[in-house]
Amino acid sequence: MDTSSGLFVVSANPHIRTPRTTASIMLDVIIALCPVTIAALFLFGWRTLAVVLTSIAVCVLSEFIFNLIAKKPRTIQDLSAVVTGLILALNVPVGIPLWQLALGAVLSIVVVKGLFGGIGQNFANPALVGRIVIFLSFSSAMAAPTQDFASLVGIDMVSSATPLSQLNQGDPSSFTFVQLLFGTYGGMLGETCSLALLAGLVYLLIRRVITWHIPVSIIGTVALCSLIAGRGVVADLLSGGLLLGAIFMATDYATSPVTKWGKIVYGVGIGLVTMFVRIFCVFPEGISFAILLFNILTPYIEKLTFVRPFGVPKGGKRHE
Amino acid sequence: MSESVSFFSRLSGVRTPHRKDTADMQAVVMPAPATVLVPMSMNIGAPAVPCVGVGDHVDVGQVIAQPGGFVSAPIHAGVSGTVKQIEDFMMTNGRTCQAIRIESDGLQTMSPDIKPPVITDILSLLDAVRASGAVGLGGAGFPTAVKFSIGDKPLHAIIINGAECEPYITSDTRTLLDRQEDMFYALEILKEHLHPERIVFGIEKNKPQAIASLRGSAPAYAEIKALPSIYPQGGEKVLIYHTTGRTVQEGKLPIDAGAIVLNCTTLAFLGQYFKTGCPLVSKCITVAGAAVARPQNVIVPIGTPIKDVFDFCGGFREGHPPVKVLYGGPMMGIAVPDLNVPVLKNTNAILAMDEKESAIPEFTQCIRCGKCLLHCPLGLEPRSINAAYEHKDMQALQKLHAGLCMECGCCSYICPARRPLTQLNKLAKAELIAWQKQQKEGK
Repeated sequence: MDTSSGLFVVSANPHIRTPRTTASIMLDVIIALCPVTIAALFLFGWRTLAVVLTSIAVCVLSEFIFNLIAKKPRTIQDLSAVVTGLILALNVPVGIPLWQLALGAVLSIVVVKGLFGGIGQNFANPALVGRIVIFLSFSSAMAAPTQDFASLVGIDMVSSATPLSQLNQGDPSSFTFVQLLFGTYGGMLGETCSLALLAGLVYLLIRRVITWHIPVSIIGTVALCSLIAGRGVVADLLSGGLLLGAIFMATDYATSPVTKWGKIVYGVGIGLVTMFVRIFCVFPEGISFAILLFNILTPYIEKLTFVRPFGVPKGGKRHE
Repeated sequence: MSESVSFFSRLSGVRTPHRKDTADMQAVVMPAPATVLVPMSMNIGAPAVPCVGVGDHVDVGQVIAQPGGFVSAPIHAGVSGTVKQIEDFMMTNGRTCQAIRIESDGLQTMSPDIKPPVITDILSLLDAVRASGAVGLGGAGFPTAVKFSIGDKPLHAIIINGAECEPYITSDTRTLLDRQEDMFYALEILKEHLHPERIVFGIEKNKPQAIASLRGSAPAYAEIKALPSIYPQGGEKVLIYHTTGRTVQEGKLPIDAGAIVLNCTTLAFLGQYFKTGCPLVSKCITVAGAAVARPQNVIVPIGTPIKDVFDFCGGFREGHPPVKVLYGGPMMGIAVPDLNVPVLKNTNAILAMDEKESAIPEFTQCIRCGKCLLHCPLGLEPRSINAAYEHKDMQALQKLHAGLCMECGCCSYICPARRPLTQLNKLAKAELIAWQKQQKEGK
């Protein structure tokens, strides 16, 4: 900077900033996802690595190419594409054909994120839409989680039924609490190890990446509904995509309300719809659809939960 | 009404670094500079009007400018010497006002007119405060006499602002430690004539020495409240709420909530003035920042060019030339164009930031994290205000109460995408006010 002229840099206040940046927040999300990713590696074997790396690579590459074509500034350094890729990978079974995963990844980044204006502008969680599209398009691959490699690490896996499908059939007893906690059963890569997911939640809360409002209101609502419906509360909470969804997907900044009460309304809504799907619908799992629905409702929820600023009288006329 | 607020209803803010390295250093008196440049606009309200001419000899404490209206304050010479010039001066907001340049004779002869004011009732108190030239010394520069003109409005509390929530600044800390006698002297007189129900000191917990010392020495009627070190604890509305639980409604003044907030340095000045009659001629300021060789607190005549003050503090550090220089702290401070600008009545610090500290971050797209909303002390929605401003949607700005923004800088500080939220809020506010005025005139 040239100061020889005797003139200084002039800018508006504030003149200091928090060290926190978009990239550091995304890095924290990646760190928070590490326990569950490592758990998946142990539970589902080395192919997990191929799935995770493919998903991340395709997401980052699609964002890079999209920005080139759309003549937009390079944004892959904000790490959000890495987060999307990682979350998407944790939402698919270990045996997924990699081309199907890649297709989902391109769709997530290009259609859901890029075309709507990039980070912060997407109407729904990109990884979530990727999951739903893969799920609906290739349901056979998604519905039959395989654990070919699990035997290598000596974990006894239940390869057919998932706790949730059993629960939905009215049979809550066959999985032990320890199994649900450590995730030694079949499912999507990042769904089963509840302990690792909860560790991620604690990290996100400590680092203030997210607040408690969304995960707690989702989990609380599901617990309450499960209790009322007389299902196994523990199994309802610890199985299926509930924790992964409540902690890492429903909390996506771009698609969840910014107001405190908005977050609670959103969380309760997601919990209710999730349980509705679980109890009444043909799909075993409803959290993805619930989150998607409330992603779309987010702007309205925000409007309804507008915060009255300090010193503005209740119900008073806002201005002359 | 609750006395203080619970943890859950506390107003938000941000945790900035403190960097109050000069807190333990007693203020040093700087010798009179060769010349001073005294702008007529050093307070909120009308600028003062010069009442001396070129060539006149002035003494320290002599009136050199009279108040230019009700919301205004007189100005006194900070040095003895000769009036050299009355010139145009461009202020940091881009507007121009008159300024008196005085060449110092180095003698610092005190004006013979200085004598302690005689205060017998509220009117003589107001006259005395008005004549003292006092304005809010914490930075706002609101004429103190106007603040005290409360008429028959009930006064619940006089709140002494010792929060000093801005990073770097420690001049108020020094006041709280070194000028207690002056503060208590002023409090006695204010108590007698303004009849507040309470007198409360609000001090951030990052000044434990000051809190402990005052708890030992303050008169029994004064409450010493230790407040969490969360910026902007010293913001007027925030401080009133956190010390008394009272809310200043939108568009109202503190006195409408029964409160007068007085910066501790203003209070100490008043005490010293009531005792000696010496008007506001000098100011204790914190000189700090990574570019400063010897950061410290310095007492300087008002009008001293900041270049002289930096020189007095050993100039600038080798290898760390100043790139950005501020009046005030880094959260709300105003960047100045060069070193010729003078110390004003309401200057509480001058900071010289080096290249690293001055880097203006590039901003990226909003990620909708909601931190600006979460950390706005007044619960505003900076990102929505920005969007409404970009669309020039005045109705939306009105609905969002953009006019409430106190420009504290929390939203920009906390934004991970480094968006200039505060700056755009300021612009939005200005346009909203202009639009509302237009609407009123149209009707």
